[in-house]
Amino acid sequence: MNDFVLYSVVSVILIAIGLHALIVQEHLLRKLLALNVTSSGIFLFIVAIAHRNSTTFPDPVPHAMVLTGIVVAVSVTAFALALVRRLHARTGRVVLHEEEGLE
Amino acid sequence: MIESAIDLLLAAAIIAVAASALHSRDLFRGVVLFIVFGFLMAIAWVRLNAPDIALAEAAIGAGLTGALLLDTVGQIGRRKENEVAPARIRVIAPLLVVPLAILLGIAVWSLPRTSAGLTALAESRIAESGVSHPVTAVLLNFRSYDTWLEVAVLLTALVGLLTLARRGTPAGPNERRPPEPMLAGATALLIPVMILIGGYLLWRGTHAPGGAFQAGAVVGAAGVLLILAGYDPFRRLPDPAPRAIAVLGVFGFLAIAAVSALSGSPFLALAPRHAGSLILAVEIAVAASVALTLTALFAVARRVAAMPPEIHSEQEDDETKARSAGPEESR
Repeated sequence: MNDFVLYSVVSVILIAIGLHALIVQEHLLRKLLALNVTSSGIFLFIVAIAHRNSTTFPDPVPHAMVLTGIVVAVSVTAFALALVRRLHARTGRVVLHEEEGLE
Repeated sequence: MIESAIDLLLAAAIIAVAASALHSRDLFRGVVLFIVFGFLMAIAWVRLNAPDIALAEAAIGAGLTGALLLDTVGQIGRRKENEVAPARIRVIAPLLVVPLAILLGIAVWSLPRTSAGLTALAESRIAESGVSHPVTAVLLNFRSYDTWLEVAVLLTALVGLLTLARRGTPAGPNERRPPEPMLAGATALLIPVMILIGGYLLWRGTHAPGGAFQAGAVVGAAGVLLILAGYDPFRRLPDPAPRAIAVLGVFGFLAIAAVSALSGSPFLALAPRHAGSLILAVEIAVAASVALTLTALFAVARRVAAMPPEIHSEQEDDETKARSAGPEESR
């Protein structure tokens, strides 16, 4: 099977798994893991495109985009984790429920 | 034939590990599986001929993200239950996600199996870019604007963390513990090697896979290792130095923009004569900045607490008012 087709199908499955977990899981850290899995799926698709476009070397522009994306994903994860810690320190739980405000 | 088998096995493993990481009952187990997923992705990048991304994913995506996640799980506690949404959402979610996946799959399947992309364009201009590695040329010359903003995003995350954290020394674990002997010994051996590897990756990025972010990630990991061993990597730095180094990346690109503006070139354009040395200078600034910011992200996260002492919450103000109103009412 062509590399491009295989990895782009895998990327679609990863995006789907990540989105599903993002919706269904209530624990904020699990939502964060789901977001990261979805991001990895998107990066996988972009790099598969770069692999498809290669001649002497793979297409470098999608590679640069994914490198940027990985760093941005880490930044988002670090900040989100700080928010999770703050929420846990204030309320003792790591889920958000609509009925209760922040006591 | 063998290669297709490897790719198929890798694809199956990636999907299986991702699914079990997201739905495991134990949060700690989920995070560990997520780190494994990160390393499997790094292997996938190698299979897709993307070694720069493999380096970055292994160091930043799996390594540093894993360290941050584990540290957070250590603070909030590993959960044995799986809090899931109410049944109504659990039914609707697959109904939304599966059609989306099918549509994406159809869109992906109908893409042409071969295409030109921007490879030829990059290849034709790489001689005047100042470096010989195409990804570095794109990252630090052709698309340096994106890299500039990326470094700014990293800085913004650090600033965001600083607003949430208790004021104090820039780093340091919450409890002052003596360094654990095993970890301290291993750290003493690893830190010099990691700094050397970081420097090598930085220099190598001009002609082979490597570059500023990979180098910064390795040195940042060294800083995290120091913190885990019980040391404070920021202790020896005089006060403005950590903040100055953190903004060094953004200001490096700003200097490039100033140079290009003053010499009449287009914004952020590098004249081929000076491109090589300018790129190396910016890469050093970015690597230092990324290394310090990644270490600081780990360090400051440990200081995120409920209420910084100098800011009163509304709850505290209400309590104070209630207490002062109480004695008056009872009279």
